[in-house]
This record gives sequence, C-alpha cells and structure tokens, in this order.
Amino acid sequence: MARHFGVIRFPGSNCDDDALHIVNTVLADRGATGEILWHKEHSVGQVDGLIVPGGFSYGDYLRAGAIAAHAPIMESVKAFAKAGGPIIGICNGFQILCEAGLLEGALTRNESLRFICKDIYCRIEGRPTPFSKDIPAGRHIRMPIAHAEGCYRHPDVERLEGESQIIFRYCDADGNVTSDANPNGSINNIAGICNASGNVVGLMPHPERACEDVLGKGGSAGLGLFESALDSLANSGAAR
Amino acid sequence: MKAKVYVTLKSGVLDPQGQAVGRTLGKLGYEGVKGVRIGKYVEIELEGHDPKHAEEEVTKMCNELIANTVMENFRVEID
Repeated sequence: MARHFGVIRFPGSNCDDDALHIVNTVLADRGATGEILWHKEHSVGQVDGLIVPGGFSYGDYLRAGAIAAHAPIMESVKAFAKAGGPIIGICNGFQILCEAGLLEGALTRNESLRFICKDIYCRIEGRPTPFSKDIPAGRHIRMPIAHAEGCYRHPDVERLEGESQIIFRYCDADGNVTSDANPNGSINNIAGICNASGNVVGLMPHPERACEDVLGKGGSAGLGLFESALDSLANSGAAR
Repeated sequence: MKAKVYVTLKSGVLDPQGQAVGRTLGKLGYEGVKGVRIGKYVEIELEGHDPKHAEEEVTKMCNELIANTVMENFRVEID
C-alpha cells in the first residue's frame, strides 16, 4: 500500500499537524497514513510522498526557508525528489524547496509589505503533476493564503511558462487571471509551480486548510490536491 | 580577520521596503531622494591570516547560504 506520507517538521513549522491530519484522518478511509519526520533525521525512511508544511522554520532567519533548506533531512529529501517521489511544499514549504534548489525561483516580500491572510482563488493549469493531475485544467478553487513573503520571482519566467511549469495562478472568483486578483505582486500571478520533472510542487496557498467543509467558505477544494496524489500513487505503484 | 558582506537586491527586483522608505523620506521633506534600495550587511569573524583564502571561503558561503543569487548580489570585503 503505497500511501504513506512523511510530513517534515522543522523548528517553527506550524502547519505540520494540519497536514498530518489530512492524510491520517480526512483521507484515512482511502488508506492514507502519515508520520512526522523531524528535521534532524538523516533519512525520510519508507514514505511514498512528502509534505513540506507551512510555518516559520528557524524563525525565517536570513530569508524565509534559507536555514531549513540546509537541515540534515534535506539531503534525503533531495534524493527522494531525484528518484521521482512526489513532494509538495506549502507556503513556507514552497519557500524551503526554492531555497534548497528543488524548485526554481525565489519568494520575496509581498509587494504591499503586509502579511496577507485571506481566501484567494487560483486556477489549476500547466502539466499534470501528482498533486494536480486529477483536477481538470482550467478549474479554479478557493484556498486561504497566509504569508508575508509570497511574491514569486524568476529570472526567466518565460521558460517556466513555456515548459508548462506554472501549476497554480491567482485569479478572481470567476477564474479570470487579473492584476487585481494578484494578492502579493507575484510575476504572472504565479501561486505555485513544479520542477522540470513535475514530481516536486510548491504553492503559497494552503490546500490543507481547505479540506473540510467545516473550515469555511472554501469548502473542501484543497482536498483535490491530496486525492490526486493518492490516485497517482495508486496508479504508479510505489513511487520508488 | 573579519569579512564584511554586502547583500543587495539585483537591479530590476522590486524592493517594496526601499520604496516605502523612499516615500517616507519624501514626506519628511527630503526632496532630492530619487530612489532607495535596502540590503543586508553581514560581518563574519574568521580564523586565519590569508585574505585571499578568506575571500574565497566567504564567497562560497554567500553562494551557498548568505545570499539568494536568484534575486540578490553580494560583495565581500576582508579586513
């Protein structure tokens, strides 16, 4: 049963238990399980997928994600990525994966300089990834964001566009990608991307906070990302 | 020895902090301010006495950790 997820916990992670709750509880009836992996471990062990959760790892000292990117467990995370294992980085997890070189680009201070905590919409597009392939391209879903450093930058964004590596793009409630719908000044309204192989995904919105109807207007749209990962694991057998 | 590292945003990278400071300087009556860019200054105390080796080491440190070269430039001075 290839449905075991590791959730990496750094000092300062604060969405780790939320992510674990999704796989251990919300998706338990689909056979998903999860465990917390402490950042000082040197191996991710026998997991089929990895979640790098949100928070303020190492207090976001120096730059968001910069210190966590060099944590002991990251060498094993890089090996897992290279072997094709599915990895999703959410918010601070996205920042960590960029700082670790597993995803391209960088996340900088929001254009407004404010910490922004609100629901946004983003459109799913780009190439199929383990975390998006079950969601029809062009669909837009509502998820919360909560970040101060979510302004995505890339020195050659046209190449990313050309390679269909933009997976999530901020849009309005009707699915239109407009500058007004861009909460933080990200280039080309980018909310999330994948790596060149498509198995590593990072996004600033929080799908794990939008997996149960009880959690507000966003409903359970974020669950689609995790369900998609379960389906792709089921179809591919074990990831490794 | 001491290394002084100056980390600055690459030109073209938006600096909302610098813009906010620039606007506030304008409000304070400083009319001649054309632009403000904000960076970081890092001091590193080093063992050894070979400035050339120190500069190489600190340059490595900058590329690996201290600067994010996607959006930042850095300059190293050895004292």
